[in-house]
Order: sequence, then C-alpha cells, then structure tokens
Amino acid sequence: MEKPYAVRKATSHLMAALTVLSAGMSAGLLLLLLVYVVRQGAAALNWDFFTKNPVPVGEPGGGIANAIVGTFVVVGLAALFALPIGIGSGIYLSEFGRNRFGDVVRFLADVLSGVPSIIMGIFAYVLIVARQGHFSALSGGFALGVMMLPVVTRTTEEMLRMVPDSVREAGLALGLPRWRVLVHAVIPAASRGILTGVVLALARVAGETAPLLFTAFGNPYFSLDINQPIATLPHTLFNYAISPYDDWHLKAWGAALVLTGLVFIASLLVRLLGAREMST
Amino acid sequence: MTWIPGLFGPTKKNRGDVVFEGLLLLMALTLVGLVVLLFIELLIGSFPALPTFGFRFLTGRTWDPIREEFGALPAMYGTVVSSLLALAIAGPIGLLSAVFLAEFAPHWLEQPLSFLIELLASIPSVVYGLWGLFVLVPVLRRVEMVLHQRLGTIPLFACTPWGIGMLAAIAILAIMILPYTTAVARDVIRAVPREQREGMLALGATRWETIWHVVIPYARSGIIGGLMLALGRALGETMAVTMLIGNRPDISLCLFNPAYTLASQIANEFTEATSELYVSALIELGLVLFAITFLMNIFARLLVLRVSGGRRR
Repeated sequence: MEKPYAVRKATSHLMAALTVLSAGMSAGLLLLLLVYVVRQGAAALNWDFFTKNPVPVGEPGGGIANAIVGTFVVVGLAALFALPIGIGSGIYLSEFGRNRFGDVVRFLADVLSGVPSIIMGIFAYVLIVARQGHFSALSGGFALGVMMLPVVTRTTEEMLRMVPDSVREAGLALGLPRWRVLVHAVIPAASRGILTGVVLALARVAGETAPLLFTAFGNPYFSLDINQPIATLPHTLFNYAISPYDDWHLKAWGAALVLTGLVFIASLLVRLLGAREMST
Repeated sequence: MTWIPGLFGPTKKNRGDVVFEGLLLLMALTLVGLVVLLFIELLIGSFPALPTFGFRFLTGRTWDPIREEFGALPAMYGTVVSSLLALAIAGPIGLLSAVFLAEFAPHWLEQPLSFLIELLASIPSVVYGLWGLFVLVPVLRRVEMVLHQRLGTIPLFACTPWGIGMLAAIAILAIMILPYTTAVARDVIRAVPREQREGMLALGATRWETIWHVVIPYARSGIIGGLMLALGRALGETMAVTMLIGNRPDISLCLFNPAYTLASQIANEFTEATSELYVSALIELGLVLFAITFLMNIFARLLVLRVSGGRRR
C-alpha cells in the first residue's frame, strides 16, 4: 500500500458511496415498476373485472373471469402432474440417491431448470398438441408442470436433507421399516419447507406466458374443459397489451396487478413459513 | 411379533420398503425419461427442416417464409447481442448492489431491500413487458432521438429511432436480470468467511480494499457463475423481449433497429406458421436455443458448485 492513507480512505468512501448509489438506483427503478403497476392496475380493478367474461371490443364493461379461472385450471393441472413426480423424485434423491444414478437425476433436474420456458411450450406442442390435433388446457398444464418439476424436486431433496439423521435413526431403532420412518417422521418434519418450495414453484409458473402460447392457446370464452383451449391471466395480459385498444390496455394493467399480487402473496407466505421454521 | 435384525440369519428387506423405494425410483425415472423425451421431441419436431437446410440453417441470414428459406443467424445474433449487452449493464450494477447489501447495509434496510429484490425476481416477464411497452419505450424514444441527433454519425445510433427495437430489449433484459444477479452475488459474498475480512482489516486495509482484494476474489467463481446463470435467463427470456424488440429478422449494427431473438421469433411466429417446413424450422430454432442455454448452464453450475463446495444456494 504505497498510496497515502487519505487517498485510500477517500477511495474506500467513494466506492462505498457507489455501492449505495447502485443499490439505490436498482431499488428505485424496481420500485418505480411496482408503483406503476399498482397505480395503473388499481384503475382497472372492480367487481366486474373478476366476475364477468370479456365483451366484444367497443362494448363497455366486461372482465377477465375466464382467464382467472383458466389460470387456476392450468396451474392445477401442472401441480397434479409435477407434485407426485417432483416430491417422489426429491424423496428418492435424499433417501436413496447417494449413488451414480442419483447424480444423474440431480444433473438432469438442473438441466431442466435451465431450459427456457418457451421450449417447454414446444415440447408440449410436439408431444400433445400436434398428436391430438388441437390446443388444450391439458397441454398447457403439462408444459407448466415440466417447468415446476425441477424446482419441486430439488427443494424436496434439500428440505429432507436438513432433517437430522438422528430422527431417522430413532425411528429405525424402534424397529420401524424405513418407509414408515419416512412417512411418519422425516417427511412431516420437512413438510413446511417442501410446502414453501411448492408455493414458490406454483407462483412462478402461474405467471408464465411463453409455454402457453401454443398449448393452452387462449380462449375468449369461459371454459373448464381441459381438452379445449383455455384463457389464462398472463396470456390474456399479453394479448391485451399488444392490442390497439385503450380499454384492453387498461385491463392488461389490471391483470398485471393481479399477477403481481399473487407473486407478492406467495413471497410473503414463504417468508412467514420460513420464519416460523427457523424459530422451531 | 418382535423383529430383531440379523438375529435369524441375514436380514430380509421389509416388503413395504421394497414397494416404497420402487415407487420413488419410478418417479425419479419419470423425471429422467422426461428430459430425454424433451430432447428427442425437439429433434423429431425439427424434421423436415433439419435435413433440408443442414448446417446452412445456422449460417443463413434470410428468414423468408414465403420462399421457405430459413436461416437462424439473425435470431442467434439478436439473442446473443441483447443478452450480453444486458449483462454488461446489469452485471456491475448488480454486483455493487450486492456488495452494499452484504457488506454495508444496516439490518433494518437490508431486510426490506432483500425482500423487494426477491419479489422482483419472481414477477412474471409479461408484466415487465407491459411496463416496458408503456413506460420504458416512450422514455427511451426521447433518449434515442437525442442520441440520434447528437451522435448520428456513429453507426450504433445512425438509424431512425422507433423506441421499440434492440435497445429497448437490452434495457428491459438488464432490468429483469438485475434482481437475479444481485440476489446470487449477495449470497455468494455472504458465504465468504468473516476471518477473511477480519484478517485484512487487521492488517490496516480500508473497507473497500478488503472487499476488492479479499472478498470479491474469494467469491469470484461464484459471482461469475451467478452472472452466467443470469445470462442463461436472458438468453431464454421470451415475453418481455417479444413485446419490445420489434420482431424483424435483421442483423444491424444500429441499436435502434428492430431485431429478433430465438425465443421471440418462436413465440411470435409459431401460431402463424402454415407449412410443415415452417413449423419445423421454428422448432429447430428451439433446438438451437436449447443447445446454447444447456452449455451455458452447465458451465455456470460448475462454477457455482465449485465455490460453494457442493452446497447449493
């Protein structure tokens, strides 16, 4: 350190100020986005927005009830598909997966989590839509399910790993078979953490549009049929945003606020679950 | 019935255990099968474009659905350029923000800021796209006008500013990966042992010297890995980019011109593709994107794993 102390001290303060500036700038920019979504979106929200279906362009009123219900249908299908496989694989990895095959599964789960969401859409399109010859809620749910899968798998594994081995040993020492120890002691102990992961994964795929473009496809009408195209919140948002109509733009902001709200609630939930886990 | 393992000869596995483990193995095999299937289906879907164009697909600059001539180069160029430039903007800012969160921020500020960042990392990309379209683009158009008038002789700013175009895509990508780079870098910096800092401070180094000469080098491979994970996200980002990049398969040096990325080209044209060859060419774009992000992610994960000693974030 040949520089005089005053210079070094000044550099340190300067760089510290720069980090404050960066953090402030990113936080400010992102707050701006949030504020904008809330302000614009709030103007669109009313009772009709949640309870009515879309009306033709130019007609006042209407809502996006079909898309809200559709999102729940598609995300529900995704969960039906991804939760058993994901949680099952996670348990396998944590309890039986300390071998070569486990490493392969772990690696592939990581690969899957890095695959861009639009490719999940292509996957579901080639596998289901092209074979069936029509778009469907089912194929959309499948695409989102594949997206969820690696998140659920790895979270389950990590949460089970955090359960101390003494719990397993205590169960086995009582003469219980391994599966009973797992089902009655180990998994319940990790259930809150697993639930956290599931909530996060659900919130993440609920906002996905790209995999649904050519699977769930969208539908201007109310539908609960999983073999028919279905409207979803993010996809409707996208269609409305790129449309030339002011009323649709307003509804797009409303949809954005609803989606952001969902993510916000999920994040809060995760914080609360996580915080409680730490205190016990 | 009491059962003592090993008392009456070698232990037999409990039948419930066999069934249970078998079931779990089946689930894990399903996961493996799905990834393999994903790759196979992408390959199958790429027919007949794959054999028709061969290597020419990667080097072709024309994308002409009418004459059925498909080249992926403009989309590949757009994908790589938009993502790299976005990373060049978001990387340093994210890193500095992470240093602030991990080293300087008081607890009462660090908690809400961290929550904000995590929240923003999970906001759907279509919401970013909407915000970009109605808030960012009008601002950007004014900035572009000024740049064009003042520095119009530089090729980067030589074309007509539209607002929508490559620059808008870069900006929204940078904003989108900012929370992500910050969060990853913060975690890696936090994982640097206290003793490392204390040793340096005890030698009389200033706080910044400690960070610059000890903390960041210690966390370097993790930070680079995090940046590459962010790059992987930017490469595959679809909706926000589709809404802002202008969607034209052109390679242009000028930042204001409309462009395309692999993901946005698929998103934009897939439902309009009429012929079999057209659809398969779009799926082949997906295959190219898959390959790029696959390599990227493996490299990034290796780096992150190395720094965290096998422990995941």
